[in-house]
Amino acid sequence: MARRGKHAFPSQIETDLAVKMDGAHYVYPNGQVVALSGVDLEVKKGELLGVIGQNGSGKTTLTKLLNRLLKPTSGTVYVNGLLTTDRTVQEMSAHVGYVFQNPNHQLFARTVKDELEFGPRNIGTPEEEIAQRVAAAVEFFDLAAFIEEHPYRVSFPIRKLVGIASVVTMKPSIIILDEPSTGQDHQTTRIINSLMRRLAEDGTTVICVSHDMPLLAEVVERVIVMRNTEIIADASPREVFADQQLMLTTNLQAPQITNIALETVYPLGGPIALTPEELAADIASRLEKGKR
Amino acid sequence: MPNPIVHFDSVFYTYPGTASPALSDISLDIMPGEYVGVIGLNGAGKTTLGLSVNGVVPSMLGGRREGTIIVGGLDVEDYPVREMAKIVGIVFDNPEFQMSQMTCAEEVALGLENAGIDYETMRRSVSEALNLVGLEGFEERSPLGLSGGQQQRLAIAAVLAMKPQVLIMDEPTSNLDPIGKQEVFGMATTLNQKYGMTVIVIEHEVEVLAEFADRIIVMDGGRIVMNGAPTEIFSRADELQALGLRVPEATALANILGKKGHWKGSVPINTGEAVRSVNALLGVRA
Repeated sequence: MARRGKHAFPSQIETDLAVKMDGAHYVYPNGQVVALSGVDLEVKKGELLGVIGQNGSGKTTLTKLLNRLLKPTSGTVYVNGLLTTDRTVQEMSAHVGYVFQNPNHQLFARTVKDELEFGPRNIGTPEEEIAQRVAAAVEFFDLAAFIEEHPYRVSFPIRKLVGIASVVTMKPSIIILDEPSTGQDHQTTRIINSLMRRLAEDGTTVICVSHDMPLLAEVVERVIVMRNTEIIADASPREVFADQQLMLTTNLQAPQITNIALETVYPLGGPIALTPEELAADIASRLEKGKR
Repeated sequence: MPNPIVHFDSVFYTYPGTASPALSDISLDIMPGEYVGVIGLNGAGKTTLGLSVNGVVPSMLGGRREGTIIVGGLDVEDYPVREMAKIVGIVFDNPEFQMSQMTCAEEVALGLENAGIDYETMRRSVSEALNLVGLEGFEERSPLGLSGGQQQRLAIAAVLAMKPQVLIMDEPTSNLDPIGKQEVFGMATTLNQKYGMTVIVIEHEVEVLAEFADRIIVMDGGRIVMNGAPTEIFSRADELQALGLRVPEATALANILGKKGHWKGSVPINTGEAVRSVNALLGVRA
């Protein structure tokens, strides 16, 4: 069923997957720089996925193929069963919310409130529903004090939360967060942490590109590791962070607590801990057993 | 005992058009060659503290300042920022915003040109500064073609060319990948240990500060609320938590075990210390 001058892939498929990529390849238009080489990836609906790797490894290109900002040079990308190549950026934006690392790239309204209302209004959400979503976001992100401010009058960290909130109010079924915790203090990182959990509980697929390993260790169920335009590992954070060879070749660092676990309880049959609480519990049970 | 390189005496500062002070009753001494980490929530006054060391606050940003700041023996109030730049260099989290020239050499030379340094001295200083940050041979490269870590090191070279005694880094790696982060902190440590440069770094990642800093300053609501050696500061985890801050994961581990009565001895602040203590607790021989 090849269409003339086009590709031979079905425009829509029946699938339970949020994302289905097959051999997705992307070469920048000058034909010189390969940014993504034949990536296969399946992401289930409601999954919490972390994407790690050095700058230039292909992370951003991968995510831009999902919201259709880029079209694969070859291979296919299906998002919610829709072949992205056959859709407009506008159409895909109702499915995929993209939160930029730098909020200055996405904010433009006159007040924080306008900013939060803009997205849902743009996709035709009823006014009553918009008001509800904005109120919920203002409460969750603790933005009440800034609601009438110009987005550029608030501090950079708050602006970044506004950027995240303005996508959340659109309720896309897939949310991509690009370095959400960069430049954020511990308190704000906690808000982002609980946001990701809550979104996933509501069935939203969350894809988080980040260098913040402790954040990913705590929140995501699955991590893909990118290097030189390819996915070189795809496993649970526990497995990824325990793979010292992988960490070394990608120059990535596991959370401090994981490294401590690997050099203490792990050789004794203990867990590859991802949080201090988990490691402490294991050590305490060993000490208590020793006393008996 | 030498004089402090940075001396704050009862400093208050309020930005123009705001009611509450961004800095409140700051008294602080930093000795030459110290490596100081500054932590605190966003809005606690960390950046303002940094900007007041070289006089950008208040001389360029306006506002009202009270109290005395003496840096490198000079009263900041009496000298313009361009004079203070010879003593204090500052880099921020966005190196690409600080890049304006066609080549790395020109980028580094910019401050020297503005200071009216002669050509030969300038060329020597540029090479020295590039060497210090590990970018030797990059003179003719374009700053825009560099990796994030290299750009940040170039921004640091540009301030080092002025031969400052104090280097302030304000969240220097928050936009860098892990390799870039290692590059920048590794380089700052060399400058501190090998050349005795005073380093002040504002940073959220406490694991990094625990690794490198001699002293931690904790800010909250424009005030310095804690000030001491990393081990001392991070062992006060409950107080830090009340301020919305966290401790290194190594320290958090010891604190949890301590509450269950399982921790003896000093509190670890880095991976090595925690591993040794835990293995000793478990009776594992290294």
